[in-house]
Amino acid sequence: MKSLVSLYSSSIGKKIVMGLTGLFLCLFLVEHLAGNLLLFANDNGHLYEEYSRILVSNPIIRAIEIILFLSLAGHALSGVVLWIQNRRARPQKYKEFRLDENTELASRITMLGGSIVFLFLVVHLSSFFFPLRITGTPMTAYELVREKFSNPWFGLFYLVALVILGYHLKHGFQSAFQTFGLVNKRYKALLDAVAFFFWFLLPAGFGSIPVYFFFFVKNTASPLVLRTLEHGWPV
Amino acid sequence: MNITLKIWRQRNRETEGRFETYEMKDVSPDMSFLEMLDVLNINLIKKGQDPVAFDHDCREGICGSCGMMINGRAHGPGRGAATCELRMRKFQDGDVVTVEPWRAAAFPVIKDLVVDRSAFDRIMQAGGYVSAKTGGVPDGNAILIPKPIADEAMDAASCIGCGACVAACPNSSAMLFVAAKVSQFALLPQGQPERKTRALRMVEQMDKEGFGNCSNNYACEAECPKKISVMHIARLNREFIKAKVF
Ligand code: HEM
Ligand code: SF4
Ligand code: FES
Repeated sequence: MKSLVSLYSSSIGKKIVMGLTGLFLCLFLVEHLAGNLLLFANDNGHLYEEYSRILVSNPIIRAIEIILFLSLAGHALSGVVLWIQNRRARPQKYKEFRLDENTELASRITMLGGSIVFLFLVVHLSSFFFPLRITGTPMTAYELVREKFSNPWFGLFYLVALVILGYHLKHGFQSAFQTFGLVNKRYKALLDAVAFFFWFLLPAGFGSIPVYFFFFVKNTASPLVLRTLEHGWPV
Repeated sequence: MNITLKIWRQRNRETEGRFETYEMKDVSPDMSFLEMLDVLNINLIKKGQDPVAFDHDCREGICGSCGMMINGRAHGPGRGAATCELRMRKFQDGDVVTVEPWRAAAFPVIKDLVVDRSAFDRIMQAGGYVSAKTGGVPDGNAILIPKPIADEAMDAASCIGCGACVAACPNSSAMLFVAAKVSQFALLPQGQPERKTRALRMVEQMDKEGFGNCSNNYACEAECPKKISVMHIARLNREFIKAKVF
């Protein structure tokens, strides 16, 4: 226990926590996307209902869910602590500082991107997780998804957040492996390919859901979508 | 060519500094940046003014003392060269050139462009000694080291302790410097006896000195005059984790 505390108090220790929690969140995203692709089954959400019923009734899944929330909290808090320490390490700023000539954009916007992803998660959880699991709603998960994504602004917000998440992972995924010391010239191509899945294909996969629901699933409950289809722009 | 210099002037640690503007006429493109500053200082002394303090010694890229921020870049524009190796031909007639000291809480300004880099010395001291056999002179090549390993250790050992990695890092992290110093020993048989304690103590001292945390932005590698690779940072992480956990 003492050595764990002293590990976390070191700079590298906090980075290891960032990396482990970040990669665990990435792993969750894979499962989450795999499950959500059932929304495309074109069966009015039967398969999706079945899937979420199995998940919710499994105590192991419930335990992992708690670890997931703790990981998110640990990741965000460690990120903020690191960020504050890093700002304190340079109390007097440069008049001119050409970081743009030395680094990639994705690496410069981790805090901004992380914060936007956090905001997104608050909206996301209060739109789906809370009504479905905590406060209760007469709608099924599928109906709720259909209803929410009939609002183009809601869908657009998702797409923007997913681009930001992509940038966060473009830096974050390889960064975690560098932090663990698990990089090697021989396996670089393999790691880059896996990274590409996480920072590009995964967000793109999630992004396909709002696009699909907005354009291809009729939600008669929402007049806004009908007007948008008519005018070509939400009015 | 003519150059306008905006140079940070600061009397000492306690006083606040500010930028002063100097017009340089007829600068030769073959001059090094430091020679151009020498000319400026001769002019200032002739006028009875205080010359600009800057660190320098070897003027051939091996001592690591001449670091300064030039137009927002550690050691100025270009790659793989210290300020003393920078020639004025990298600039154009009429350029405005901003010159600042390294800025980091762990590198306080002593005067003008000179900063106190003794935090690096304390990290080296924390690393401690290397145990060596006493007795008669050993035969040459008594310890066999494969060429690729020797090369990599030599690459790490080429760090001149200039501090550009800290200066260029958005977090003022000293990880590239510490990684180079840990790697040069960790790779060689002579470094094995103290391998674990060295990594632990150097990182501990690095944190104590108030450097920031590495975010893997890799600005350090881009600006290092010796082109030290961030692969060494991965090794430092590995060494630290192994020493701490196992
Ligand atoms: C809650 C909102 C989030 C915040 C505030 C946040 C913040 C940060 C920050 C500041 C870093 C950089 C740390 C550093 O390099 O010093 C980072 C790294 C990272 N983030 Fe996030 N993040 C968030 C959400 C996520 C999510 C949802 C994922 C994954 C799906 C994720 C995955 C990663 C990974 C893998 C890293 C790399 C860790 C490393 O550099 O070793 N983050 N995050
Ligand atoms: S690692 Fe490179 S930039 Fe950092 S102190 Fe050594 S030589 Fe200078
Ligand atoms: S003066 Fe020695 S490295 Fe520049």
